[in-house]
Amino acid sequence: MNFPILSVITFLPFIAAAIMLMVPADRKTEVRGIALATAAIDLLLAGWMYLQYLTGDMTGYQFVETYNWLPALGISLKFGVDGMSAPLVLLTGIVMFTGVLISWGDYDEKHHISAGIQDRPREFFAFLFLLAGGVFGVFVSLDLFMLFFFYEIAVFPMYLLIAIWGWVKTREYAAMKLTLYLFIGSVIALVGALVMYWTQYQNTGILSFDMIQMESAGFSASFQYAWFLPVFFGFAVLGGIWPFHNWSPDGHVAAPTAVSMFHAGVLMKLGAFAALRVGVMLLPQGAQQWSWLVMTFAGVAVVYGAFIAFVQTDLKYMIGFSSVSHMGLVVLGVSTLNHDGLVGAGVQMFSHGVMTALFFAVTGMIYDRAHTRQIPELGGMMKALPFAGIGFIIGGLVSMGMPGFSGFVAEFPIFMGVWGRQWMLAVVASISIIITAAYIMIAIRRVFFGPMPEKLEGHISPITALDKVAIFTLSGCMVIIGIFPAVMVPMVEKGVENILRLLGGA
Amino acid sequence: MTTETLIWLIPLPPLLAFFLIVLFTNKNKALSHTVGVGAAFLSWLGSMIVFARAIGVEHLGAHPFESSINWLPLGDTWLKVGVLVDPTTAAVLFFVAWTIFMIFLYSVGYHNFGQPAGDHDHMGLPPHGATVTDKDGHKHAVLSVEPMYSRFFAFIGLFAFGMYTLVLSDNLLTLFVGWEIMGLCSYLLIGFWYAKPSARAAGIKAFMTTRIGDVFMLLGIAFLYSATGTLTFREIFTEETLHVLGSTPTGVFGLSVAGLISILLFIGTIGKSAQWPLHVWLPDAMEGPTPVSAMIHAATMVSAGVYAVIRMFPLLTADFHGHELTTAMSVVAFIGAFTAIFAATIAVAQNDIKRVLAYSTISQLGFMIAALGMGAYVAAVFHLITHAFFKALLFLGSGSVIHGMEHGVLHTGNHHVDPQDMFNMGGLRKKMPITFWTFLIGGFALSGFPIITAGFWSKDEILADAFGHGHWVVFITLATAAFLTAFYTMRQITLTFLGEPRTKEAEHAHETPWTMTTPLVVLAFFAVTYGWVGIPEHFPLLGGIVPNWFHEFVGGTLAEHPEALEFSWVPLLTSLGVALGGLFFGWLAYRNVTSVEQDKLQIPFLKNKYYFDEAYDFLFIQPAFWFSEVFVSKWMDKGVIDSILHIFGPTTGGIGSAIRNYFDVPVVNRFFGDGSADVTYWIGKNLRPIQTGRIQQYLILSMVVLFVVGGLVYFLLLA
Repeated sequence: MNFPILSVITFLPFIAAAIMLMVPADRKTEVRGIALATAAIDLLLAGWMYLQYLTGDMTGYQFVETYNWLPALGISLKFGVDGMSAPLVLLTGIVMFTGVLISWGDYDEKHHISAGIQDRPREFFAFLFLLAGGVFGVFVSLDLFMLFFFYEIAVFPMYLLIAIWGWVKTREYAAMKLTLYLFIGSVIALVGALVMYWTQYQNTGILSFDMIQMESAGFSASFQYAWFLPVFFGFAVLGGIWPFHNWSPDGHVAAPTAVSMFHAGVLMKLGAFAALRVGVMLLPQGAQQWSWLVMTFAGVAVVYGAFIAFVQTDLKYMIGFSSVSHMGLVVLGVSTLNHDGLVGAGVQMFSHGVMTALFFAVTGMIYDRAHTRQIPELGGMMKALPFAGIGFIIGGLVSMGMPGFSGFVAEFPIFMGVWGRQWMLAVVASISIIITAAYIMIAIRRVFFGPMPEKLEGHISPITALDKVAIFTLSGCMVIIGIFPAVMVPMVEKGVENILRLLGGA
Repeated sequence: MTTETLIWLIPLPPLLAFFLIVLFTNKNKALSHTVGVGAAFLSWLGSMIVFARAIGVEHLGAHPFESSINWLPLGDTWLKVGVLVDPTTAAVLFFVAWTIFMIFLYSVGYHNFGQPAGDHDHMGLPPHGATVTDKDGHKHAVLSVEPMYSRFFAFIGLFAFGMYTLVLSDNLLTLFVGWEIMGLCSYLLIGFWYAKPSARAAGIKAFMTTRIGDVFMLLGIAFLYSATGTLTFREIFTEETLHVLGSTPTGVFGLSVAGLISILLFIGTIGKSAQWPLHVWLPDAMEGPTPVSAMIHAATMVSAGVYAVIRMFPLLTADFHGHELTTAMSVVAFIGAFTAIFAATIAVAQNDIKRVLAYSTISQLGFMIAALGMGAYVAAVFHLITHAFFKALLFLGSGSVIHGMEHGVLHTGNHHVDPQDMFNMGGLRKKMPITFWTFLIGGFALSGFPIITAGFWSKDEILADAFGHGHWVVFITLATAAFLTAFYTMRQITLTFLGEPRTKEAEHAHETPWTMTTPLVVLAFFAVTYGWVGIPEHFPLLGGIVPNWFHEFVGGTLAEHPEALEFSWVPLLTSLGVALGGLFFGWLAYRNVTSVEQDKLQIPFLKNKYYFDEAYDFLFIQPAFWFSEVFVSKWMDKGVIDSILHIFGPTTGGIGSAIRNYFDVPVVNRFFGDGSADVTYWIGKNLRPIQTGRIQQYLILSMVVLFVVGGLVYFLLLA
């Protein structure tokens, strides 16, 4: 038997969380060391898995592992990745690694700056890893029950992470809002999933949550029309779909930096991915029936998020709403149900993940030093934090869809795909490109190039080497994909082929 | 090395220079400019070799140099990155290489290399000058070196990479990549002195305005791709594809698919080449250092917009049969002609030496666009090239003037004198002879001074085309614009160089170093001679002496070689008349002007550029803010959507309290909970009296119960 790489990737964070909780609370350095080591191992494994898939000329589901769990109900632990999910596993590894790096929590005696997590790092990292393990689990699960299981595991620690370590002013409100939205969404989706499970049993006599099995469950057209919307939107709430997006900016703002990175970088992908995996792939006819509706909602989200981001003065709110806009592009790409749109959506998930993670990382570094995120109250950061500034600018260029960066590789096919389906919508969505450029440019101008306010003068200490590694890792991904799309696009295409097969065969 | 390999290599040195400077040499000024200028030289060398090989190939139009590699896979096909050198590319490459190289060289002098660091200079602001003490202990104020000298060369390196990429691209995607890189660099370079709020604002304005055009261009690309499945020029421009695109209607304003795509792409050009109504960014872009103005806003980036239309010309004219202009072509011709005259009228009333040139550039680009709209392909390319030479010359000349004036300002120490205001100048011909003569050549070329200058030949060809094909409105508009051009050019020359100095600063102006004057001389050379390669065959006396090489060569790019135009006296006399007349009146009106009050053209309406900035602010920017802030953010997001969530909380609470008050407390608690307890208690309480502790009573009670129960059992069950 081959090395069970996916299980190792998924369960390693859980094990590490358990070990960390056994370390005495005052041994902060040891806890951080365990966290970093685990994250590094997971990243390496995810990277190795990704490269295997990319270079090994693989198609379909790979690295498949199956363990019976509750055979009586047809539940098994079945893991596997395809071209769509492998990049997301890598993304999670990257965000986990960089998230730990920037949460290291060094106290700077000279400047009295406490960056990262000082307060109870043991519990923080344990919860963070619980979250990470859940996310890995969703991306690799081929069993619907397990997908839900990990989905809930991923959502649950968010409440604690935000409510305990979050921004004092809004953390309770935001944590509650987020939990409410996400659980309502998942409950609706769960009902849909159970109905699918029973219908499959009635149709075929097979009692199984195996999603590959379910692809050929023979759901009738009317069944698919009826259940597509609850399932798709139930998951898409976590993807920030308009008009159920409002938990996300509030959540981003209240969350501590590393959690914001996870939240926007990975968690929102979870929603989009699950909506695609369960909604579109298991109910393809439903997807075709309702794609106009999804498309409209996504189109609204793209423009709507951009407009709101445009008037935000809080840097984190700006990024939060820009995420709504960019995730709207993902859903827009998915809703085209054609090759270009889906490929773009797949790449956009990765690209947006690293981009927002980078944005939040840099914003966190600035906030730790300036104690404000208000754009008008900041300035001159380019001189004080040049490395962070360049990182933020690269993120900005990705966000604007500048050629040579991953954002362009993602957005260009999406627009191609949307144009192929409904050119009017492409025109409407393109407004967001202009607005995005506007708010990014204005933010960069104010925060990095404007004059530094006097009260900040001398308080901005340089960022640490760990921070630099994180920025370098994240921005490196965006540049590499931007210049050599062949490191990701052919792989995503293989995942898309599978989806198109299901859509065509319906 | 094969020509194709060489072409691939041309854009790379400046990109390499960018990285080298940013990563390694940014602390060392001399090393940085060596890397930068060296890279520009290598690209120039490569371009010249490619150009020389290109003109040696017969039928280059049909068999161009081309090569491509796969870049972005999309389904069964790949989007490709590739290079293409056909006659038009070769001709454009020639001027791009020359101007870029010259501008790099000029930048060394412009940023005061070799001068001491300034006394109070800091990053993000232009140098303010330094004080040096000479041998005798006298203190002198001298120019100081730019504090961000290395960064400048890094940025223009990246910019040059973008321009070469765009010119050499064989497909729209790579063209768009170069286009966007230049847009980004334009932002970085206009806002180079980022500590100046006006420079930051101008950078953003430029980026945003061009971005609006870019978005339409992107849509055009998406449309083109979905219509043809390819973005490679030579695959699109096959007779079949063009025919299909040209004859398929879209239902939008009666345009064919080809027409609509052309217009979408053309909107990109409107932004990039600063055509009306997206012209507003270019004058503000003069906030950047002067070499930037010359490079971006005269020779390269704005030309790139025209170049894009030139590249897409077969598509634009896909349903054109030689007589009636198609709707798309009419739009292009109208925008071009209107911009030409519109910008010329504004230029007349500007006092800033660079702003005059900025509006002049907008106007001249309008000429080219108008020419393309009329189908005058060769004339447009010709004017593009000559204009790049003489406008780069003029910008660099104006930079030299400003530099000289700054010298004067430092000398007098009066920092309130604006070294860019032409009314502070005068008589500079004596102080700055090289700058004067080269500027004069550039100015005459811009005005279209007959026979000698390149501008005459190219502008004349556009007018001749307009006239020859009977586009009267365009002809008259352009002729009027040409008159205004000559007028404001002579106004500028008169105010700047002729007469006597009007300020002390002008008296103490100083000629600039060789690194600045050499590029002026080189560009002046081309501003004269380049016109001679395109003298029309049928021109009186001169025609045919020098063969019309340009027409032959560049015309070969098109599938059908355009016919040489019949000669006509009307356009020739018109261009002679407007050029000489404009120059004469410009001189006449301004030769004795000594202060700004005497200028009769200081009309507020013109000075304020027809209030376009204000109008856009009112029409678009304020509403965009309002829409975002009030409508989307406050009303919709915080109002409607969040309210629903916030209703959710109270509703749940309401349901909860209702259940509690009306069911839980009265029914569950009272009845089941409290009720059962009460009953138990009541039973216990009432049974208590019998618990007396007396054995006798217990026995009696037992007997009674026994008899009662026994009786009941007997009578009810057994009987």
